[in-house]
Amino acid sequence: MTEAVFFYLFTIPMMAAALSVVFNRRPIYSVLSLLVVMFCLASLFIMLGAYFVAALQVLLYAGAVLVLFLFVVMLLNLEPDNLARMRLSTLRGIGTIAAAFLLFHLVRILTAPAASGIAATARPGADGTVENIGRALFTTYVLPFELISFLILAAIIGAVTLSKQQSDR
Amino acid sequence: MPLPSASAMLTIGPTHYLLASAILFVIGLIGIMTRRNVIMILLCIEIMFNAANLAFITYARAWHDLGGQITVFFIIIVAAAEVTVGLAIAVLLSRQLKTLNADEIRLLKW
Repeated sequence: MTEAVFFYLFTIPMMAAALSVVFNRRPIYSVLSLLVVMFCLASLFIMLGAYFVAALQVLLYAGAVLVLFLFVVMLLNLEPDNLARMRLSTLRGIGTIAAAFLLFHLVRILTAPAASGIAATARPGADGTVENIGRALFTTYVLPFELISFLILAAIIGAVTLSKQQSDR
Repeated sequence: MPLPSASAMLTIGPTHYLLASAILFVIGLIGIMTRRNVIMILLCIEIMFNAANLAFITYARAWHDLGGQITVFFIIIVAAAEVTVGLAIAVLLSRQLKTLNADEIRLLKW
């Protein structure tokens, strides 16, 4: 019962904020709505026992990625009018219909009996605390962990190269 | 599809989280297909990333396996890298092509 209250308390604002991201005419408001989505999602992560990932969600997404978005939106000084230009209404309708089709089939698949019978036996050490995550990260998943540092390096070099090319001209 | 009963709506199981994830994913998809601004498309991609993250965490909980949470850890890092490069490209587009409308950018055609 308590879980139901908190689930709907976090899910309904999350959906409203996500719709606001998509349909808001001003990009600043879209970015701030995405912030609400991130915080509600972090709450859901805590409810699901993923404490470390919830902290990462707040620190990395809300703290770093969205600030980057805000900086770029303010830097480019986008006009609300030429920003909110949506596609022709027929194309928009087709896109929405296709998305509704996908939603229908996702709901059909996820509510099937095979998907709901996934409750397994409890295993120790499956809680998402920092200790458990760190232990798994540096034993089982140490190779992807090292590889992802190369990815970050590549992203840094790519971003620097792109902006340096700009200042040379 | 039968309508959910009141007890099914009040007993929160993995299905509820998965449905929330599906709805969030579809909202992001609608955004990608209807908005034409490059920055808005990037924002909607973030929404879809997060919907996938919620599904991963839900299954990690349901199967008592930490692998799902580790995957989300990696997805968050990859998303951060993608946003860095994507926003750099968006800034370049607006400076050099003077537009951010995805329909007007035709450099890859022909």
